[in-house]
Amino acid sequence: MEFTSFVFYFFAAVLIFSGLRVVTARNPVHAALFLVLAFFSAGGIWLLLSAEFLAITLVMVYIGAVMVLFLFVVMMLDIDFARLREGFWQYLPVGAFVGVLLLIEMGLVLSRGFGGKEMPPTTAMVTEQAGAIPCKSNICELGSVLYTDYVYPFELAALVLLVAMIAAVSLTLRRRRTSKYISPEEQIAARPADRMELVKMASEKEAPASAAQDGAGADKEAGQ
Amino acid sequence: MNFDVSNLNIGLATAEIFVAIMVLAVMLVTAFARETARGLGYALAQLTLIVAAFITLFTLNTEASSAFGGMFVSDLPGGILKLVVYFSMMLALLYGRDYLADRKLDRPEFYLLALLTTLGMMVLITANHLLVVYVGLEMMSLSLYALVAFDRDSARSTEAGMKYFVLGALASGLLLYGMSMIYGATGGALELSAINKVAAEGTADKNILLFGLVFLVAGIAFKLGTVPFHMWVPDVYQGSPTAVTLILSSAPKLAAFAMALRLLVVGLSGSPELSGLAAHWQNMLLFVAAASIILGNIAALKQTNIKRMLAYSGISHMGFMLLGLLSGATGNFSGAEGSIIAGTPEAKELVTMAYSSAMFYAIAYVLMSLAAFGMVVLLSNKGFEAENIEDFKGLNSRNPWFALLMLFVMFSMAGIPFFVGFFAKLAVLKAVIQAGFLWIAVIAVLMSVIGAFYYLRIVKLMYFDESTAPCPISVSGEMQVLLSVNAVAIALLGLMPDKLLSLCKQAMETMLPLAS
Repeated sequence: MEFTSFVFYFFAAVLIFSGLRVVTARNPVHAALFLVLAFFSAGGIWLLLSAEFLAITLVMVYIGAVMVLFLFVVMMLDIDFARLREGFWQYLPVGAFVGVLLLIEMGLVLSRGFGGKEMPPTTAMVTEQAGAIPCKSNICELGSVLYTDYVYPFELAALVLLVAMIAAVSLTLRRRRTSKYISPEEQIAARPADRMELVKMASEKEAPASAAQDGAGADKEAGQ
Repeated sequence: MNFDVSNLNIGLATAEIFVAIMVLAVMLVTAFARETARGLGYALAQLTLIVAAFITLFTLNTEASSAFGGMFVSDLPGGILKLVVYFSMMLALLYGRDYLADRKLDRPEFYLLALLTTLGMMVLITANHLLVVYVGLEMMSLSLYALVAFDRDSARSTEAGMKYFVLGALASGLLLYGMSMIYGATGGALELSAINKVAAEGTADKNILLFGLVFLVAGIAFKLGTVPFHMWVPDVYQGSPTAVTLILSSAPKLAAFAMALRLLVVGLSGSPELSGLAAHWQNMLLFVAAASIILGNIAALKQTNIKRMLAYSGISHMGFMLLGLLSGATGNFSGAEGSIIAGTPEAKELVTMAYSSAMFYAIAYVLMSLAAFGMVVLLSNKGFEAENIEDFKGLNSRNPWFALLMLFVMFSMAGIPFFVGFFAKLAVLKAVIQAGFLWIAVIAVLMSVIGAFYYLRIVKLMYFDESTAPCPISVSGEMQVLLSVNAVAIALLGLMPDKLLSLCKQAMETMLPLAS
């Protein structure tokens, strides 16, 4: 076995193990830490593909920023994880059955598919195109296609981020209710019809007997 | 090839770029506008859609041409579908306007998200590259998740948003996984026509291609809301504000249809002579379509909530649409006049008919769905949600004109002759029988008969029952006019379906040389 394939299998094994532990760990903090390990091993695999820039970005952005934030949230929120796990054993047989079935089916298909075959040579590599900017580093290769060949999906991805921003703001932003600020604009714009509704109805006569009784009762109370 | 900006053909994507710029403009304008200018977001959104429609109309060309190095394709089916998307978004925003204002939901963000989901659909419709398909799909879906949960103080709306989001993320994951398999099997091809070339040559490992195909079909089935990926449809339709259900049940279906057309027909047909991959996805879709028609129609019988009922009816309609799509898949036909082998001109004609029947069905369904949910919005007043089928009781005595329009819509959905729904069903069934799936045509017809019950029950409630809430209907004039136009269009298109049908056929003809 070559050294690179040994490294690949090592990272892949760690990745799969930590991925499993993310969903099986009882302690959410442990789950988050295993997710960090999973990201790190994925970064290692990317390094093997000589995608250095992506690997470093993964480590810096996901582990350095996203997961730290995530850990803060997990530690701060008081989620009753025991309640979330209720009914686990009840649903386990059905879930396990479906899962195992899927696994067998996939195995059947793939045992014939991937078995020892060489993957066809890649055609879409940028460096192979004649006349492309000659690049030595991964970051140069990325940079040379990001704004040229892939400009359309790149700009669209930026708009997807905008969607996420607008959605997050519109779903969570609330005006503060504690402030006593009054908007003069709204006061001026108010019309009488907004404040009071006049309903036209035919006059009704109250039954005289009960009215008299009520009146007497009120007098009596006042007297006391 | 050296990179050159003029090779990008940016001009073909003018409509997309315009909508994207308008999104940013609307965002800035509404952020700085006075709060009293409530209608501003709405007006700008409608303006954007109208101008985009004109741009698309002027850049419409019958010959397919690509931009951005083959990632974007501008062709006739894409142009027509985009125009119908603009039209249905315009109607949906207009129908929902009063409803949103009554519930204090007409914030500018609503219209921003509506524009962004429109842009996502446009991208999806014109995509010719797996990456662009995925990005377009995410743009459409993410905006829709936010719209479903837009009534954030309502527990039902947020629950529906959450459900849609979690299941939708799962479906996106499935789709991506399938795409990665296809990317691996074809040796790094992401462009749909390149994938098809590799698939037709037979050099790629077929097992891995099939493995990826299963996940693609699952992702498409989820976006269309068909069995077995239909669980979200009734809950999300019921939970979201009716104005959002209007959007959800109309334009995205067209985008999902376009996605199916591009991914399966353009990307993964294989060669028709070898009956390659197409035969496989035909089988998958056969199951999906039959199960959707059966489950949708039977489950709709028991519903008391009109939104849930229409959701289940939508599931069965999408099943019908898929029937049309799968009939053209292999290019082999075995009708009464003997069998026709793929590749011959007769077979080509029949393939075109099959795909165009699916497109016709999708457009007809969007029209009917808009009108049906428009009626639900119409009956809802300030502080009152018309959600139950009972709310249609005695509509005839409250407003005979709207009762008549609802009758048109229900008859059309049931597939009663001389409404557009009938011709859509007829075209699909014809294609199915020609493709040799007689048994499935029989199932479809039987289920349509069962389905007629719940559509006609609404007609019965409107005309023969006493109203429980005899208040008059009050909505804005323009909504009354456009809802009338919409429902009358369903009747008129039923009287003369040839124009639209031949347009769909022409569109498919221009697309097919690309596919085979």
